[in-house]
Amino acid sequence: MKKVEAIIRPERLDKVSEALLGNGFHAMTVTEVRGRGKQKGIALQFRGKEIMVDMIPKVKIEIVLEDELVDKVIDIIRTNAQTGKNGDGKVFVYDIEKSIGVRAE
Amino acid sequence: MIDSGDTAFIIICTAMVMLMTPGVGLFYGGMVRNKSVISMIALAFVAFAVVSIQWVIFGYSLAFGPDIGGFIGGLDHFALNGVGLDGDGIPDILFMVFQLVFAGLTLAILTSGMAERVKLSAFIVFGLLWTTLVYDPLAHWAWGGGWASQLGALDFAGGTVVHISSGFGALAAALIIGKRLGFGQETMKPANIPLTLLGGALLWFGWFGFNAGSELAADGIAANAFVVTNIAAATGALTWMFASWYHGKPSSLGMISGAIAGLVAITPAAGFVNVMGAIAIGLVAGLLCYGALLFRVKKGLDESLDAWAIHGVGGFWGAIATGIFCVATIGGVDGLLYGNPEQFGIQLLDAVVAMVYAFVVTYVIALVVEKTIGLRVPEDEEYVGTDIAQFGESLL
Repeated sequence: MKKVEAIIRPERLDKVSEALLGNGFHAMTVTEVRGRGKQKGIALQFRGKEIMVDMIPKVKIEIVLEDELVDKVIDIIRTNAQTGKNGDGKVFVYDIEKSIGVRAE
Repeated sequence: MIDSGDTAFIIICTAMVMLMTPGVGLFYGGMVRNKSVISMIALAFVAFAVVSIQWVIFGYSLAFGPDIGGFIGGLDHFALNGVGLDGDGIPDILFMVFQLVFAGLTLAILTSGMAERVKLSAFIVFGLLWTTLVYDPLAHWAWGGGWASQLGALDFAGGTVVHISSGFGALAAALIIGKRLGFGQETMKPANIPLTLLGGALLWFGWFGFNAGSELAADGIAANAFVVTNIAAATGALTWMFASWYHGKPSSLGMISGAIAGLVAITPAAGFVNVMGAIAIGLVAGLLCYGALLFRVKKGLDESLDAWAIHGVGGFWGAIATGIFCVATIGGVDGLLYGNPEQFGIQLLDAVVAMVYAFVVTYVIALVVEKTIGLRVPEDEEYVGTDIAQFGESLL
């Protein structure tokens, strides 16, 4: 079992979420996060001085699923979250030891 | 001869109308995204500050100075020359500041068309030009002795001056500045609905000063204006809410938008119609403005916060509705419904001219500012949001 963790642009969340749903991936956890990547944020010119906006709002999507579905989910996330510009985000894959439902069975 | 009761009343009304400007800011601020809330509210304050100065130096004179060809006032009252503490009923200087708060509010309404993407510096230049070239002539036409008032057009508290001008101005500005990044592809979730409801409440409250105060005296007409203002707002709130309920959920945003639509539409009519007229005006306003919003969305126009649908279309309806529902027993003039089609014709002409003038002149002003200093922030500034990029502040 694996966990796919994707940090993406917040404005792309709806598109990604709809595409996942359309492909039968219902379960996910979404967190609003802020951070920076390789480019160290965005530099803005403001009235002659530079201001660095270095903690940019993103969302983090976490999905736990069977190993063989990982590539498909990554593919869906990448196609729908991409703009081609800096700041599109990152996808990480982790091993998951166990997955237990909280509701009594 | 100064009347102390009238003076006291208008001072309070002026303060109430001032509160409508930050009210518009909060109303709009709640509807934009997290990253633009502060800048949206701030634009309303900036509009008010800029117009306050413009108005006392030459704006008041252009609107209320001696008539020149029915189009504009002369500069006799430059820097408030001759505007003193005496007057007819209320001091001249109080009339001046009552009109000032209207002018400031009007520019604040127009910020809808440039939401989340306008450069502060460009907005200040645009605002000065706009209030001088659009607002001041329109105020002169309706109230300063210009052609519309000579013709007998009725505009009690500013349906053409405030609402048609800002609504169609916002549409013209939106066409020049262009859509927000991602408009139509991304959901642009409102940052804070309660903030919008608070802004709407302040508008509703301030509107009593706006409409009742436009009588410039504490009398029966002022009381009538107060009552019909509330009735039209309530009717508009309910009809828009029911219309949106029919299409899905009765959103609070729709309810408050409907209230504002009702308030806009009753504005020109407040001193001329009775309660039944107010119900009819509010009812049509709620449905018509909601329809205008759906039309705007369908056309993919990013007149972001619907100044056009609510103030432009609502103001247009209010101006012609005044010619339909006015009754001689209240304001001395009968309308279409009471056998006077001529008044309806005058109202229609007034509304159409105001609409075309406001749209065309705003379009040209926005185009000039765009071609010279640029109206819009750079793309990366728009992406991180105008709060941090233009004001160096952020909500979170």
